[in-house]
Amino acid sequence: MDVNIETSRMLNYDTTYKQNNKKWRKAMSQKGRYGIHGGQYIPETLMNEIKKLEDAYEFYKKDEEFNQELNTLLKEYAGRPSLLYYAEKMTRDLGGAKIYFKREDLNHTGSHKINNVLGQALLAKKMGKTRIIAETGAGQHGVATATAAALLGLECEIYMGKEDTIRQALNVYRMELLGAKVHPVESGTMTLKDAVNECMREWTSRVDDTLYVLGSVMGPHPFPMIVRDFQSVISREARAQILEKEGKLPDVVMACVGGGSNAMGMFYEFIKDEDVKLIGCEAAGLGVDTDRTAATMATGTEGVFHGMKSYFCQDEYGQIAPVYSISAGLDYPGVGPEHAYLKDIGRAQYVPVTDEEAVQAFEYIAREEGIIAAIESSHAVAHVMKLAPTMRKDQIIICCLSGRGDKDVAAIARYRGVDLHD
Amino acid sequence: MTRIHNAFDGKKAFIGFITAGDPNLDKTEEFVLQMEKAGAGLVELGIPFSDPIAEGPVIQEANIRALKAGCTTDKLFDMVARLRQKTQIPLVFLAYLNTLFKYGYEKFCSKCEEVGIDGVIIPDMPYEEKGELADIAAAHNVDIISLIAPTSENRIQMIAKEATGFIYVVSSMGVTGVRSEITTDVGKIVGLIKDVTDTPTAVGFGINTAEQVHKYSSIADGAIVGSAIVKIVEKYGEEAGSHIYDYVHEMVEGLAD
Repeated sequence: MDVNIETSRMLNYDTTYKQNNKKWRKAMSQKGRYGIHGGQYIPETLMNEIKKLEDAYEFYKKDEEFNQELNTLLKEYAGRPSLLYYAEKMTRDLGGAKIYFKREDLNHTGSHKINNVLGQALLAKKMGKTRIIAETGAGQHGVATATAAALLGLECEIYMGKEDTIRQALNVYRMELLGAKVHPVESGTMTLKDAVNECMREWTSRVDDTLYVLGSVMGPHPFPMIVRDFQSVISREARAQILEKEGKLPDVVMACVGGGSNAMGMFYEFIKDEDVKLIGCEAAGLGVDTDRTAATMATGTEGVFHGMKSYFCQDEYGQIAPVYSISAGLDYPGVGPEHAYLKDIGRAQYVPVTDEEAVQAFEYIAREEGIIAAIESSHAVAHVMKLAPTMRKDQIIICCLSGRGDKDVAAIARYRGVDLHD
Repeated sequence: MTRIHNAFDGKKAFIGFITAGDPNLDKTEEFVLQMEKAGAGLVELGIPFSDPIAEGPVIQEANIRALKAGCTTDKLFDMVARLRQKTQIPLVFLAYLNTLFKYGYEKFCSKCEEVGIDGVIIPDMPYEEKGELADIAAAHNVDIISLIAPTSENRIQMIAKEATGFIYVVSSMGVTGVRSEITTDVGKIVGLIKDVTDTPTAVGFGINTAEQVHKYSSIADGAIVGSAIVKIVEKYGEEAGSHIYDYVHEMVEGLAD
């Protein structure tokens, strides 16, 4: 399917889109800043390297050959465009808005992470790098990075919190099969935040031949921009697909938010469609009123960490809080700076979803639609289940299924007290 | 003349680093006085942070110990106020920007001025981002100590021109920690700095022997030792005072004339 379909119905939407485009471009284009958020709060050792990355990206994003290579990889290797699937049974069961899923779970490697990784790995290659490093939480970004490294002939090392290597042991082995070296990180809370710390430390010690392939719309500029651009293929496709299927834009677009890459990708092309409501679903863990939560938007405050100014879960002295979620991919104490900005200006809304709600959604979508969705994505599905019944039948929700849930099956069984090894 | 200027006035400076609050703040006070007695010209106090991304394992562990022992920015300011009654040694903080941001830049800098902190080193605030803090710090006579790295190249003179207090020349790639070998051409970096500023330079990252102290204090105006001292604290805990004295004394002996 060609996603650049021109229909007369689309043109109407495109007029307002273009008018709004100018306004939004202006608001969001101050170099590396999203309102007060963003920036480049990193050690001096990395500054020249990050500027080189910025220059390389600015050059290659306009380079025809680069874009052609990337598009070919996305199409022939990752399996894009991903489907926009009408969940008829769920729609009927919930009895409200029409529910569509953007099926990023069907991409090669099983999540949206491949979109960004192919872009960055190709960029690394063009920059003459021979080695890529990456952090990973659930392992999806690690697997995607290891995959791209294998394909493009790059050396690959992945940093993963030790706690997560246990929660997601299968993904560790998967990365090793793909030829990557996995470093379990034993500092701090031994989760995603610590994996990012260790990856930054590693990059500081070796920049010449190495690119840090950051997995989310976070970190210092230009990463939030690069990752958002590479992920925006999600909403570019989804917008065209829904216009083709329904002849109108959705009322609500939804995605789960940890660092926020699938959400940013899912939101981006809809930001300018001001009537489309954008909702990010963050991991509340045991609840936002407990200390076992990772809901940054609900409980965090402004801070500076991991190279960016944004919202973080932290104490009164700025010590980063040990966060918790059943989902290793959402178990992060911060959020990307562009999300923080979208929240500040009221363009997007962020809602907390608990472990229990996410697990119920995980089970529900499996039973109802025959889709085993990632526990991360299930956080967004949980909110669909709450919201859809409150909406009219002529309204539309698009929810991003950011990844598939095979990796989570064992953990969900444990959560439900089922011993798979009996 | 500021206290930091005094430290480099006609002499080379040995700069010792410890993580504040490790094993507790009373001991930090004692360790600073031991370093001064042993001949240190300036002391860096690391404000413990949950996620010190520029630190190697030794100082990371010290941060965890200090936080577990209950060190906070407020308690640290109180300790420095007490310490200032006993010594005029120049004191600078090493702090991650979030510590200052969360405390409030204005409140942090005015507190520094009040208790007698002379400068602050912020490893995650590069030249491009210092604008939000520079004027506030200057208004309170707190020097922001700039870092220059082996990769700074074309940035060296841009940073040096605006540097205050002293310039922290990072000798090696990577994070803090003891190294057996330093491969960076530190002399070349210091030369480029000296072309544009009189602000003194001190070399740190990886230094742990008297020979290294001698070498780098010959090239620059001072040498900084961190992880090696923190290791002594790790090993001896509350009893570290005399061991720190002995070690710093040995390092100070290594200073170039």
